[in-house]
Amino acid sequence: MTITDDRTDTTAPELEIGKARRRKEDQRLITGRTRWTDNIQLPGMLHLAMVRSPFAHATITAINTAEAKAAPGVIDVVTGEDIKDVQGVNANAWPITADQVTPTHLPVAVERVACAGEIVAVVVARSAAAARDAAELVDVDYDELPAVLDLKEAAADTVLAHPDLGTNKSAFWKLDSAEAGTGGDVDAAIAKAREDGVVIEREFRQQRLIPAFMEPRSVVVDPTGEQMVVWSATQIPHILRFLIAATMGIPESKVRVIAPDVGGGFGGKLQTTPEEFATIAVARRLGKPCKYTETRSESLLSGHHGRDQWQKLTLSAEKDGTVTGLKVELLADMGAYIAIVGGGVPVLGAWMFNSIYKFPAYQFNCQTVLTNKTWVDAYRGAGRPEATFGIERMMDELAAELGRDPLEVREQNWIRHEEFPFTTVAGMTYDSGNYEAATAKAKELFGYDELRAEQKRRRESNDPVQLGIGVSTFTEMCGLAPSRILGQLNYGAGGWEHASIRMLATGKVEVVTGVSPHGQGHETAWSQIVADRLGVPFEDVEVLHGDTQTSPRGLDTYGSRSLVVGAEAVVRAADRVIDKAKVFAAHLLEASEDDLEFKAGRFGVKGTDKGIGIAEIALATFAAHNLPDGAEPSIDADATFDPDNFSFPHGTHLCAMEVDTETGATTMRKYVCVDDIGTIINPLIVEGQVHGGLVQGIAQALWEGAEYDEQGTLVTGSFVDYTLPTAADTISFVTDHTTSPSTTNTLGTKGVGEAGTIASTPAVVNAIVDAVRPLGVDDIVMPCTPERVWKAIQAGHPVSHEGERDAAPHFDEATPNQDPGAGSPSTTTEGSDQ
Amino acid sequence: MIPAQFDYIAPSSVEEAIRALAEHGDDAKVLAGGQSLLPILRMRLNAPGVVIDLGRIGELQGITEEGDTLVIGAMTTYAAVLASEAVGTHAALLSKAIQTVADPQIRHRGTIGGALVHADPAGDVGAPALALGAEFVIAGPGGSSRTVAGDDFFEDLFTTAVGEGELLTHIRVPKHTGWGAHYEKFVRVSHQWSIVGIAATVRSEGGSIAEARVGLTNMGSTPLRAKAVEEALVGKPATDEAVRAAVASVAEGTNPPSDLNGDSDYRKHLATVLTRRAVLAAAGA
Ligand SMILES: Cc1cc2nc3c(=O)[nH]c(=O)nc-3n(C[C@H](O)[C@H](O)[C@H](O)COP(=O)(O)OP(=O)(O)OC[C@H]3O[C@@H](n4cnc5c(N)ncnc54)[C@H](O)[C@@H]3O)c2cc1C
Repeated sequence: MTITDDRTDTTAPELEIGKARRRKEDQRLITGRTRWTDNIQLPGMLHLAMVRSPFAHATITAINTAEAKAAPGVIDVVTGEDIKDVQGVNANAWPITADQVTPTHLPVAVERVACAGEIVAVVVARSAAAARDAAELVDVDYDELPAVLDLKEAAADTVLAHPDLGTNKSAFWKLDSAEAGTGGDVDAAIAKAREDGVVIEREFRQQRLIPAFMEPRSVVVDPTGEQMVVWSATQIPHILRFLIAATMGIPESKVRVIAPDVGGGFGGKLQTTPEEFATIAVARRLGKPCKYTETRSESLLSGHHGRDQWQKLTLSAEKDGTVTGLKVELLADMGAYIAIVGGGVPVLGAWMFNSIYKFPAYQFNCQTVLTNKTWVDAYRGAGRPEATFGIERMMDELAAELGRDPLEVREQNWIRHEEFPFTTVAGMTYDSGNYEAATAKAKELFGYDELRAEQKRRRESNDPVQLGIGVSTFTEMCGLAPSRILGQLNYGAGGWEHASIRMLATGKVEVVTGVSPHGQGHETAWSQIVADRLGVPFEDVEVLHGDTQTSPRGLDTYGSRSLVVGAEAVVRAADRVIDKAKVFAAHLLEASEDDLEFKAGRFGVKGTDKGIGIAEIALATFAAHNLPDGAEPSIDADATFDPDNFSFPHGTHLCAMEVDTETGATTMRKYVCVDDIGTIINPLIVEGQVHGGLVQGIAQALWEGAEYDEQGTLVTGSFVDYTLPTAADTISFVTDHTTSPSTTNTLGTKGVGEAGTIASTPAVVNAIVDAVRPLGVDDIVMPCTPERVWKAIQAGHPVSHEGERDAAPHFDEATPNQDPGAGSPSTTTEGSDQ
Repeated sequence: MIPAQFDYIAPSSVEEAIRALAEHGDDAKVLAGGQSLLPILRMRLNAPGVVIDLGRIGELQGITEEGDTLVIGAMTTYAAVLASEAVGTHAALLSKAIQTVADPQIRHRGTIGGALVHADPAGDVGAPALALGAEFVIAGPGGSSRTVAGDDFFEDLFTTAVGEGELLTHIRVPKHTGWGAHYEKFVRVSHQWSIVGIAATVRSEGGSIAEARVGLTNMGSTPLRAKAVEEALVGKPATDEAVRAAVASVAEGTNPPSDLNGDSDYRKHLATVLTRRAVLAAAGA
């Protein structure tokens, strides 16, 4: 049989990569008929309820548990004192400096609570209802201490979040391009621009957000076997296992952690939680399986929060718009404790504030600060949305100052596609990208010129509804991460990923991955990749994850790392399977290995019609009757992949917002994004990630914000006040792609999990500000509530002619450069300095 | 979340329910659609010993016409009110307002009587009920029944004329056949309670406003009726300019709350803008 090229094409199976497959995991996830942690019932299992501090800062003077202990169904009431030697600690795994001030974070407080919601006692009962009832009967006496809530006040160290530490300042981290040898001196650049160029100075607030994943956190601990089993609704089963062993004095080999199906996380389950450690301590104390599932109110209060920064930014440029320097000064609120990677999250901004622009001089300063509020850690994008917001707002402000189109000013300054790979002023090397192509496509899909024309008409006719156009040309670094870089940053772990492929006798394939999906669709995407690589049917691939017993090595899912790091390990394991199988194929076909080629799941002998399928080889190695001499009867393989570099997705996002100037209400008119995420494995999954990501980023711009009152009580403690959007609040987004394959992995993929969230926030705020800029507005604090928009308009000084503006305001030390009308509602402490 | 334990009674008549209320006093809570009561119980803001479910009392459900009046049973769900042609024809304002309440699931459980007795100042049915001049039929012990006018029904935050041991049984709504209606609800996200809501219904005659009724949501501790504005609108052409002038003082004397969604002054400003829009929309302008 002669095989012609034509024929090969028509008989080749359709490639799985690139197919918009529906997700194989969705039926069970959507119907809930699956293994959510809270669905697990073990014989004799007890239920826990947490008693939490209502105060932001207080000494615990007495805990009377007698009445609760006597309540029906109650087995025990455990205080911090009872378990103080066995409860471990909630560790910080990324001290950003050697002298970082890190308060000890006990799962159950013993002497003092440092934020509202901290656990002070655990009630154990035969039912969840009995535990809840008895929790009301635990009588805790507190001596209230002064609480520090406002970030800037905390930085002034007048009231201390932890009096014993002597300061609220946790760590100061700096990157300076002149010192690092990656660029010039930023202060010199700014000084020069003050003489003969343009200096833009702004202070932006990144409000505190709550991750608000769909499945509340839940943990079940079974201490009865030789290995203690911990089921947890976590993103990080492997890291949790390590930290249980490291801080509770239990040998790692005696701990098995399972993340069964997990309903979302967005970074909010990238944590080892007090609830997990308390449940383990109580289950071990009683020798009984125990379950704790939080309520939504507990989730909003006690799951970690995200963002929360003040950003003081100074950008210098020449009069022609060429940027010359960027100086970043951050204050980052850590809350009451430095969470697992809490200090590191804002520091990730160090490599991102310069973004896609060729700043010749750059400086990044970050001061992390403790307050008496819920601890802050990763939330979708983690450090990169904050930075992207800052720089993209600044680029719009620069364009406005120059009276030029914001896209044009960006293009003047961005890295041109022929300049890749490009080493930035922050020392990162961007592997690939094409900002021109993404922007051209986005402009066309958006109808940029027509919308600008409509904007002009509305301005001229003084339409009560004004139109604004917001731009965000973002990049991000994802795929956490090259282990060597993490080591240099003092991060507590590596960034490699592991995979195993098991070829079953019946031709089915088990893929074990070290990443831990919690809604992303890895089972589908990994199946597509393996189906193509091994030439087996998609349906024959089973993806196993999230159990330290089946998947002993892995570093879990966060930082858009699963595909670019985790799936690359899968690819390498698959290639090893093929290499191993080749030896058997040659033996069984009585051919030389050099004469074999592997295509569509078959080893064929070149120039003949002889061949053998990989499933047949799997069966042959299972039987092991006829093996080459000295061969082990297995074609299973493992691989561990450690990337050399991050991957750098980018994109151009354009947003049109209508602003009702009479009420301040804003309405999204159009949203277009063209993302370059390299090779796309499954367009449907990508679409889902982009849409969901966009909504979360838009929500930061418009709707969400965690607010505390003066006592340190979370005001937005339920979904009545924490205004999470629903599908009814969003429009249909126009999404598209350009493709510059990444060069840091063989699939050419970049991450997509966070892109939408990172890019969309500044696009929306830029659009709102653009709509009302002629009314004298140049910033609005997020979330841009109708009230804030309306008040900003009231406080604005209308600009009569484009280009004729007051000189750019300069920083007045210690006061934020905010528009007076753009403040927070009077009932909140946020922005109390206004 | 898990509510504290309670006993559950499901009487089948108003009389039986009133007897149960008398027996258990303030240890009892009446359950209608549960859309306000259950969150309260689950968050343990209240822990009654007995819950009396009105769901099986047929006489409290449904909509009938008595001459110039629509009679709506307290246990009629939002969804049933929306489905009623009679309400759409004779009290369109009520339909318009109810369309904005929460989401379909909640509208299928929540009842008009429950919403009115709950008397959340941010709730969307109080203002249209006031604007339409609704009357409230309240049953008490021993088969007694009294009818309370709108102005006397809402007493304060979460407080109405329905006393301990009493039940709201019916709402009597005078027909406003042929009146245009609009409910202008201002929210940040779609499933939110009103930041401010304006209920307006207008009878037009030859391009002018012959009569107008205006109710305000969340502009004080109870729903309000803007009688001065109603009077100022009479005889005015349905133009932006004329209506703007007539409604300019709508927020005068109101005392709206300040919260994360806006301070009191902002709400007053909103009320002025939204009343103009609501009246113009109701007048078909
Ligand atoms: C997520 C959510 C969003 C919502 N959004 C809105 C909104 O946008 N706008 C809005 O207006 N409302 C909103 N609501 C509230 C909703 O309208 C409630 O249904 C309504 O307030 C109460 O009606 P119910 O039948 O559920 O009453 P229940 O919750 O059963 O009862 C409410 C109170 O009234 C008492 N009661 C009930 N019936 C009687 C009676 N016949 N006689 C005496 N006392 C009685 C009960 O004892 C209880 O105290 C929302 C609710 C939820 C959960």
